[in-house]
Amino acid sequence: MSSASEVTIGGLVGTRWKPALSVEVTDGIAIITFDLPNESVNKLNRAVKDEFVALVSRLERDATVQAAVFISGKPDVWVAGADIEEFLELKTAADAERLSRDGQMLLDSIEHLRVPIIAAIHGACLGGGLETALACRYRIGTDHPKTILGLPEVQLGLIPGGGGTQRLPRRIGLTNALDLILTGKQVRAKKALDLGLIDELVHPSILRTIAIQRAREVAEGKRKSERHAGGMKGLLIDGNPAGRAIVLRKAREQTLAKSRGHYPALIAAIDAVAAGYEKGVAHGYREESRHFGEMAMTDVSRQLIFLFFATNELKKDPGVEPSQHPELPVAAFEPLPVNKIAIIGAGFMGAGIASIAVQHGSLVRLKDADHARVAKGYAAVRDILKERLTKKQINKIQYSDYMALLGGTVDYSGFGNVDLVIEAVFEDLAIKHQVLRETEASISPNAIFATNTSTIPISLIAQASSRPERVLGMHFFSPVQKMPLLEVITTTETYPQVTATAVAYGKKLGKTVIVVNDGPGFYANRILSPYINEAAIMLDQGVAVDIIDRALVDFGFPVGPITLIDEVGLDVATKAGKIMADAYPDRMQPAKSIQAVVAAGRYGRKSKKGFFTYDKEGKKGEVDPSVYGLFLTPGSIPIVKSIAPPTGAEETARPEMPAVQIQQRTVLAMLNEAARCLSDGIIRSARDGDVGAVFGIGFPPFRGGPFRYMDSLGIQIVVQRLEDLNARFPGRFDPADLLLEMARRRQVFYPDERS
Amino acid sequence: MATFGNGRRVAIVAGVRTPFAKAGTAFKSISAIELGKLCVAELLQRTNLDGKEVQALVFGTVVPSVVEPNIAREVSLLPLLPKGVQAYTVSRACASANQAITDAADQIALGHLDVAIAGGSESLSNIPILHSQRFAETLVLASKAKSLPARIRILARLRPRDFIPITPAIAEPTTGETMGQSAEKMAKLNAISREEQDHFALRSHRLASAGTADGRLTAEIMPVYVPPKFESVLTSDNGIREDTSYEQLAALKPVFDRKYGSVTAGNSSPLTDGGACVLLMNEEKAKALGYPTLGIIRSYAYAALDPGEQLLQAPVLAAPVALKRAGLTLKDIDLVEMHEAFAAQVLSNLKGFESKWWAERAGFSQPVGEVDRAKLNVMGGSIAIGHPFGATGARITTTLLNELRRRDGRFGLMTVCTAGGMGFAMVVERTR
Repeated sequence: MSSASEVTIGGLVGTRWKPALSVEVTDGIAIITFDLPNESVNKLNRAVKDEFVALVSRLERDATVQAAVFISGKPDVWVAGADIEEFLELKTAADAERLSRDGQMLLDSIEHLRVPIIAAIHGACLGGGLETALACRYRIGTDHPKTILGLPEVQLGLIPGGGGTQRLPRRIGLTNALDLILTGKQVRAKKALDLGLIDELVHPSILRTIAIQRAREVAEGKRKSERHAGGMKGLLIDGNPAGRAIVLRKAREQTLAKSRGHYPALIAAIDAVAAGYEKGVAHGYREESRHFGEMAMTDVSRQLIFLFFATNELKKDPGVEPSQHPELPVAAFEPLPVNKIAIIGAGFMGAGIASIAVQHGSLVRLKDADHARVAKGYAAVRDILKERLTKKQINKIQYSDYMALLGGTVDYSGFGNVDLVIEAVFEDLAIKHQVLRETEASISPNAIFATNTSTIPISLIAQASSRPERVLGMHFFSPVQKMPLLEVITTTETYPQVTATAVAYGKKLGKTVIVVNDGPGFYANRILSPYINEAAIMLDQGVAVDIIDRALVDFGFPVGPITLIDEVGLDVATKAGKIMADAYPDRMQPAKSIQAVVAAGRYGRKSKKGFFTYDKEGKKGEVDPSVYGLFLTPGSIPIVKSIAPPTGAEETARPEMPAVQIQQRTVLAMLNEAARCLSDGIIRSARDGDVGAVFGIGFPPFRGGPFRYMDSLGIQIVVQRLEDLNARFPGRFDPADLLLEMARRRQVFYPDERS
Repeated sequence: MATFGNGRRVAIVAGVRTPFAKAGTAFKSISAIELGKLCVAELLQRTNLDGKEVQALVFGTVVPSVVEPNIAREVSLLPLLPKGVQAYTVSRACASANQAITDAADQIALGHLDVAIAGGSESLSNIPILHSQRFAETLVLASKAKSLPARIRILARLRPRDFIPITPAIAEPTTGETMGQSAEKMAKLNAISREEQDHFALRSHRLASAGTADGRLTAEIMPVYVPPKFESVLTSDNGIREDTSYEQLAALKPVFDRKYGSVTAGNSSPLTDGGACVLLMNEEKAKALGYPTLGIIRSYAYAALDPGEQLLQAPVLAAPVALKRAGLTLKDIDLVEMHEAFAAQVLSNLKGFESKWWAERAGFSQPVGEVDRAKLNVMGGSIAIGHPFGATGARITTTLLNELRRRDGRFGLMTVCTAGGMGFAMVVERTR
């Protein structure tokens, strides 16, 4: 080995400023190490870009350097992407466009540098990180689960702005590139190798050595990156203008159908990709920047970036602050370790919770009243894990390990060393009381009892407890393995450490956790209730099922409210509805339609009969026309025209109901209730309310959440519309005091954002 | 060996087993390793023991998997245990689980371990099917061939008969005698009648079904939610026949000697799948962890004789040695658990206990004595419950200790006969 020299680029002498990029030249190979000071991950920001520009010009001139390796100094992150905080400072589309152009130019200079740069990738390589890797001349990835690659920009309402829309399709083929760009999905290193995203896959311990070797070989012209461009399919379809035109047209059609026009970045990304093929790469880069600039200014992007930051904040939020209980020592806020949990109730919810708990290494005791139920729980956990196995998200050993962490029982054996019990039995207070008493007799005094009730107030359940300070709610959403939200519900008696433990454990399970105060329906179900109820009242009034659902899917909900009732189960919905009606009789009186349908024994998907038809396998079909006869007197009330009429003959006789009216009635009922939750102290902040609604009940993310949406509508408009509706439907739309107050004072929920 | 003179006593803290299922039934798609994992996982779950406390796992199996021969290591790699738990597999035919238990106990007594899991499992639904010698040799030769044509030339030597698979039989390699034939021979040598055998088999089923009905037997059994589909659950042994009668048993034809024989499928233990294990601790460690113990191991002994003589008679040689080491006689024993490979073998063993001739062979002047039938296999035995070779020893240990506790007895004796002409005996003492 010859002498190694340490050079820093653009370092300021005499200050504490440290460079993000350091270079070490050994035997003609420059090792560029990216290690952003004072950050856990590497992000691309303006300062790093400036360092990079200086570095590139130095490498261009330095004749002793033959080739370079770009490697990360962080343990499990290569480059996580651009610094999104900087995006928020962008005031105009032109600013954003310039940011993109600057990035493109830097990457262009890297691509065409005299000295080839080899990307040695271990850890996350996302967004601008992947775009940087694509500009390098050769890419090596490590065979490690932390090494993931992707372009997640669309998830923030943006498009790749560093040449990704041009380099990626040319590297891996149009079809595969569109798949990555339009979904924002992350692929593991092995898949990246198959796609041609990286050239080689190596063990992490030899990454540096192989990268240095390859750098020399590339510099000497002995090796170069092989282009895949999508394999045989790529050759036949992506490789010629006619094939590409078909792929692009199909992508546009599918994207519009799926996004219903709510996500303009998807179409902008396709446009940018297409531009490069139509008029050349230089034009493509310009179009990419132009679209990037436009997208950065969209409301959709602002809302999605807000949600990104809000979820990140919640990841760091312990859920309970010492300032809330100054009388307690700091230790009272330290979460307790949770190694073994017990789940009581092996139904759909219990099994879902078990499935994620075992995947995070918890030992699970799964109890139900009889063996048949426990066996069903096992089968449900197996189905969830098998699906992950089939999708290669886990391997066979993980599958068998996860299953081995599950221990079924019909008694309370094995409860002696559980740290946390999650009760997921029927929504019946007497049963929950009995279970709580039996459980407390079998667990250690330090164990925590969490109920997964979705509606019964926790304080009512805790009445049966001999240690109510260790009782709280952990409200998971169905299906547990997919829904990202967890509501941790505390009572006035819940000990802070118990809250902190539930929050920490929820985060360990990968959930976004909001801490809410006790009350009927807590937060998510409380705001869902008037929304669902209003939809059901429209059914009473003769509006067809499918036009209600369609109006709200168009608004941006993943499914319509009536479909949701069928999915949740009408029995569950009516039970919850009763609790809500008892709590808020003036505005949550249950609709006749749901009562009538449930009375007819139609429970929705679970009974394969509800508002919709289901085939033998339980696959949902069209609206079941026979449902109307259960709650409408034939001829007395006209059924509002439906897109797919229940019976053909009546079609002409029915008046229409505008979608906007359906949307306003249902959504305003929800917004109004959300405002009440905030003023009642159910939620701690508008932020929690927005995150809770988006991740818990599918409130359209591009609208930011109920509070962000109210801000963008204007509180005065919200109040005015509520008053209009209240005039037509007295009682149900009485504006929340908070909204009246805010309208009067011209306040908003997020004052910082309204400049 | 109670203390090895260093004061360390070995306690049995708890035992758990899967239900025992007749081969080819409920557990037919579960391997021995999975059965082992199931019972060890449940042992840890039920005892509320943090896996980090466990230092070693010893497991027995008789027909090991060819691809995963160290079953103990595979079981110890359960996610409930740290990867640093060392593990090894033992084989002493039907006393394999006993061998696992005594090995672990010795290590605890020596002070090398404080906490260990020992047991065994067997899947007779999943025994390896072997290729013929010629087929195997040809494959090895072909794999060494240098070219494809050479490889084909070698493979072309195979004849249809070479493809006939070999299933391992339960036969003595030295004598060629199957175990049933040995039992048949013992019945004749010791003058055990067909009637006696059938009555004993009936007793086994009656007592086992009573133990199942009143929950004494099922207390040690975990429910197995049957993978891979979990459409069924087995909570008790499926070979126990509460409805069987002497007449039904008497109507069965002898299997191993159709003309003069007396050993039938009804008075033999069936081929069985299952797993069983026990948690062993140094008594002081158990106290420190706050675990009540079932009992301690007072003594044990292994013995052997010529397999061509009376294959399953060696417990008669082992039992007096174990009793002597415990400083006890049969009169001190409150319960006896004797493994029932065949009714003919149990009855031969019992006769041997009473025989001066067998006593002298064992080096004692006086026989062990007559076993009080009211103390013998009080919840039936392997004939009814089933006999997964590698697991039975742990099953008997748990049953004996649990029942001693229920009956407020103090000392228990267990014996197990094995292939190869070997026998095992152990004395346990209930702790209070």
